[in-house]
Amino acid sequence: MGEFKVHRVRFFDYMPSAIRAMAFNRQSERLAVARADGAVEIFNFSDNYFQEKVIPGQDSRAVEALCWVDQRLFSGGLNGEITEYDLENLKPRYTVAAYGGPIWTISSNNQGTMLALGCEDGTVKMFEVLAEKVQFQRNFDRQKGRIISLSWHPSGTLIAAGMMDMIRVFDAETGHATHRLLVERGVGASKSREVVVWSVAFLSDHTIISGDSAGKVQIWDGVTGTLLRTHLVTKWDVLALSVSQDQSSLVAGTSEGTVIQFQLISSTVGQQDKEWVRTRTFKNHSHDVRALAHTETAVVSGGMDTQLVVRPLLDKVEKNTQESSLRKIVFPHRSLVCCAKKAGLLLFQFPEHLELWRLGESEGHGKPGDSLTVKTKPEKLIQLKRKGEDHICCSALSPCGGWMAYSTVSSVRLYRLQYNNNNIGITKVSRLPKDLCSVHQLCFSSDSSKLFASSSHSSVIVVALNQQECTYLHTLKPKSSSRQPVHLLFASEDGKWLATANTDCEIHIYNLDKLKLHCTVPVYSSYPTAIAIHPLTSNLVVVHADQQIFEYSLEKKEYTEWSRKLQKLGLHSLWLERDTPVTHITFNSRNPAHIILHDMFMFCIIDQSLPLPEAKTLLYNQMTLRSVPEPERIRHSHAFKICKNFQVWSSH
Amino acid sequence: MAALYEGYTLCGLVPAQNLSHSGIQGIEQERDSDHVVVTDSTRSVTLYKVSDQKPLGSWTVKQGQSLVCSAVFNSQTKEYVAVSDNRVIRIWKEEDILLDKAFKATVSSDVWRVHCVHGGEPVVLFQRGAVRLLDSLLSAPQQPIEEILVQEEAIRWSTNIVAETQQFVIFTTEQKGDHFLYLQRLNPNTLQRYRLEREEPGLGPLSFSASYRDKHIHLLYLYPNGHVYQSVVSVRGLGTEEGTQALPLPRSLLLSLPVGEGLLEAASAMVLDEAHVAVVGVPHPSAGAGKDFLCIWNTNFQTLQAGKEMAGKIYGQLWCYSNKLFIPHGKTLSVIPFVCPKSSLASALGKLKQAKTEVLSIMANQINFTLLSMQRMSRKTQSTPSLTTDQVLELIKTAPVEDVEKEVEGLLSRSDIQDLQPSVGQLVSVLVSRSLTDPAFYTPSTLAQLVHTQCLCHSVCPDLVLLALEKKDYFLCQLCLQFFPDIPEAVTCACLKAFIRNEVLQTAYSDNFLLPHLKDLSSQHVVLFLQYLQFLYLKYSQDAFPQMHGLRSPSLTQIMDWVCLVLDAHFTVLVMTPEAKGLLLNLHSFVKSQVRLVSELGKIEGSLQELNKMKVNKDVGQYSIEIIELF
Repeated sequence: MGEFKVHRVRFFDYMPSAIRAMAFNRQSERLAVARADGAVEIFNFSDNYFQEKVIPGQDSRAVEALCWVDQRLFSGGLNGEITEYDLENLKPRYTVAAYGGPIWTISSNNQGTMLALGCEDGTVKMFEVLAEKVQFQRNFDRQKGRIISLSWHPSGTLIAAGMMDMIRVFDAETGHATHRLLVERGVGASKSREVVVWSVAFLSDHTIISGDSAGKVQIWDGVTGTLLRTHLVTKWDVLALSVSQDQSSLVAGTSEGTVIQFQLISSTVGQQDKEWVRTRTFKNHSHDVRALAHTETAVVSGGMDTQLVVRPLLDKVEKNTQESSLRKIVFPHRSLVCCAKKAGLLLFQFPEHLELWRLGESEGHGKPGDSLTVKTKPEKLIQLKRKGEDHICCSALSPCGGWMAYSTVSSVRLYRLQYNNNNIGITKVSRLPKDLCSVHQLCFSSDSSKLFASSSHSSVIVVALNQQECTYLHTLKPKSSSRQPVHLLFASEDGKWLATANTDCEIHIYNLDKLKLHCTVPVYSSYPTAIAIHPLTSNLVVVHADQQIFEYSLEKKEYTEWSRKLQKLGLHSLWLERDTPVTHITFNSRNPAHIILHDMFMFCIIDQSLPLPEAKTLLYNQMTLRSVPEPERIRHSHAFKICKNFQVWSSH
Repeated sequence: MAALYEGYTLCGLVPAQNLSHSGIQGIEQERDSDHVVVTDSTRSVTLYKVSDQKPLGSWTVKQGQSLVCSAVFNSQTKEYVAVSDNRVIRIWKEEDILLDKAFKATVSSDVWRVHCVHGGEPVVLFQRGAVRLLDSLLSAPQQPIEEILVQEEAIRWSTNIVAETQQFVIFTTEQKGDHFLYLQRLNPNTLQRYRLEREEPGLGPLSFSASYRDKHIHLLYLYPNGHVYQSVVSVRGLGTEEGTQALPLPRSLLLSLPVGEGLLEAASAMVLDEAHVAVVGVPHPSAGAGKDFLCIWNTNFQTLQAGKEMAGKIYGQLWCYSNKLFIPHGKTLSVIPFVCPKSSLASALGKLKQAKTEVLSIMANQINFTLLSMQRMSRKTQSTPSLTTDQVLELIKTAPVEDVEKEVEGLLSRSDIQDLQPSVGQLVSVLVSRSLTDPAFYTPSTLAQLVHTQCLCHSVCPDLVLLALEKKDYFLCQLCLQFFPDIPEAVTCACLKAFIRNEVLQTAYSDNFLLPHLKDLSSQHVVLFLQYLQFLYLKYSQDAFPQMHGLRSPSLTQIMDWVCLVLDAHFTVLVMTPEAKGLLLNLHSFVKSQVRLVSELGKIEGSLQELNKMKVNKDVGQYSIEIIELF
């Protein structure tokens, strides 16, 4: 097969941001996650937990709480504003000030008509959810301390509010407090500190469950206002609670990094009386668990250690299926690294800035397994801080290394880079075409003469670049009426084709010579996570979130023979069980039969000339092949050559 | 296991400024277990409904007056009795609002306390040791009161107990560092004086607690060094040697509580039942110093059963009424419900039956159910009138074996096991007692069937296993060993003597309790038993899959444990026995091989840890260019 030189780059210092809040939409099976930097991410639980959308953060926006109302997503934050998100254009749709100081919590009623906000000034504020906006309706009786947590009774007539040292129950009609539940402080030294009720849950049978800073999970009778049971679960704080839809299971997240499950069961077998019994403890986090979601089959948790953990409840899923395995989502499901192949440059995208690096060079030759002597070390050429409050949502580096572009939700910036010996000149291109303002994805053509930018309604703006200026050429529009954003762009090596993929799972191919739509690939039910066009055959290769691989001939406008063969045989079960998506595809210039692709933990070379692995074949067979004598290797070889030595962000 | 539940606050306290005293003089039960009367250390008496955590009424003596002792409730007359200013006895009812207007009587000597057991008549104990029933005292309040105590002797603690029909006042006194116990019986009056054994010089008892059971008064007392002693006095022998001569009071050390550094200052121990003691003010053995705990100890097994940290200062006061502990701490009086179920060694040590055995018993149970339901079907055709449980119980006492078997089986097949649960115990007890008295009567199949219901345990029918052993019914013994979770060690050993089976090896035991009983085995038995263990050991060491032998076989470690135990108990005897020589040599080689195995495992562990380190230490820099080869 051959030897490859691998540049092992470990200086991309990307640090994901801590998870602050979470909201699960049971209807669409979408999980919204808010991070400490204000970014909001949408994961699709019905499509292999793929991170389908990212709304970049903003300096002033600290999201403290998230809430779905039907398919609309709202957040409240310490800046005191309610934000509704535009999930089609991946930016805030509008923000409304609540005038109550920092917002600690936000919660909608089951009917989806009202939003209740818990504010620093001690008020619960009610906003009516209208078709295009939210409108302030009224304040509840103002309380002395801040309102930290809220939960509506499913009937929509009562609201429980967690505060300092107490829980208040409000009548949602009158806005008057009907009950006051006093929460005991911690013992010892913490006796003098106010106890914070970080989370409350109001169940149909009027049970109120609270989690507080004294480490207690308490069960209250919401009708009489009496304490039924206290479970001391941690020495520190219980930060988050989430109840299953059938209200028979409850999870609590603590600042020790544990998630503790309680279940409503009878403590003695055969007895009718059910009570909340502590059942399981999960320890998958190293730090505070700030946010929780209890889905039908799993507990989803996130917090300070930045990772999203999906912990299946083994009594709810079939054993030894993909659903039953623990998932940790650590890094974004998209590439934050751009490589200028010809120039040997790497562009790293951070929310706050961009870094441009030149790769090092090696000396001499070596045998497999060797590390070569690094003659020139890698060098950071540019660190470019973004302008404005909005965080960077996408970036691109031209293949020649001469152009660099990034975008936020409000503006696009394009830079011309010039290299004279050891000096680098960077010039901002002023006067960009006015269409180029809010884009989701950027991509340069292979000859660096054009910039493609995906815009609203799945359209792509084409801009021509020359030494001095950039001019608007055309807007490519799909025939479909999709309003979803394009999240993948790929311009073919020969400059003839542009492929786009949007979050409606549509893949469109444009002919750049004619600036016209060439064809639309048959829609497959799972998200495309990576697309690429082969430089010689002009075949489009697509990998989806469910790990399926398709090859589509642009000439014949049909799936290739190889693709059909692969579908007929089916992919190997171990391939399908991988839990990170393929985020990049490229090709081997020395061998046109090679497709190179990677996910977070491996890269794979698919040799289309070799037989496909069958169900019983050993998929990860590199060790075996190494150990058998060369003439026998061909007998054991198959098309998937997988190397798991590296964690991979990008390959070229 | 005994357990302490989540507590709640009954009321706030106003402790003394230097926190030397909780501000509470006493708590007495009122009309029922949910009402108590709390007397504070100065002037007021308050009635609380415990479950509501709220006061129902309160009475206060005038400023300048003070209450001497805690007020009591006379449930016969529905009156409260208290004593103010040493000599004034006050009696009032709940509807009386002002204490000053209620009944008052002044007596001629200083009162120590008024006692009243629930349903009994109030008794007045005077500071100089005399005792009077309240009624007879009030008939002539100024009657002369005799002095029982000598000069410099003073009462330290007192209580009141009803033993069968006899009422007793018990009090302890101190005189120049010596402690005495007085047992005053009323109607007819007798007085007995005992001298408590001296503890270390300078140490006097911190607390006393008295209880009555099995015709004996049990006195429990705690010393500052953590020692809890029990003295038992029979109520029968009293009155024969009346006199002021102090008898020595024998004592036994019940518990030696860990006190940490220094001595206990404010602590008390209270009897909860025959096996459990509540202790307050003694550090928790696994918590650090400086924390105050309420603990329940099991005195049979010397195990800590439950503990609860109490916030704030503990005053060493503790009361207990109907499964609720009342404890002042910090600035609150808390009520803490508790349970003390009957204990077995297995539950006390947390060593319960193995899961394996449980699975099996469930299986056996299912099979049993199938059997029963089949019987039920076959019985349906019979039309004889069926007897009730009570009738069957009566029948067992007299009827011949065949009838008894028929009716008990009939009863079992007719009713659901769940419904029968309470009567299974009765049935077995009656069957066993008949079998013990009437040697001709024995119903092995019926007993086996009853044991199979799994509604039984050893405590319900303590004589069953011994009866089965006596009748050489090894099958029944085996069933009992299999299904009873609480067989005492002595009985286990008795079974061991009778036969050697797997079931014995798998029952829960504790080394300390087993060793003395094991010593009872004869040397022939020991050799036979060791041979059997050797056989099991060999069988296991040859077979890589011990699970294949079936679910009921003991594990290799269980076998080794028993080998060690038996050797410990009988080593000297075995060394002298010529037949045992070969056996001992073989066992020696087992031990050697085990030691070798463990040391090899240790080495492997070391290597594995190295492997782990190697993985971590493989460090790659920030950047490298590597050659890889794909095949």
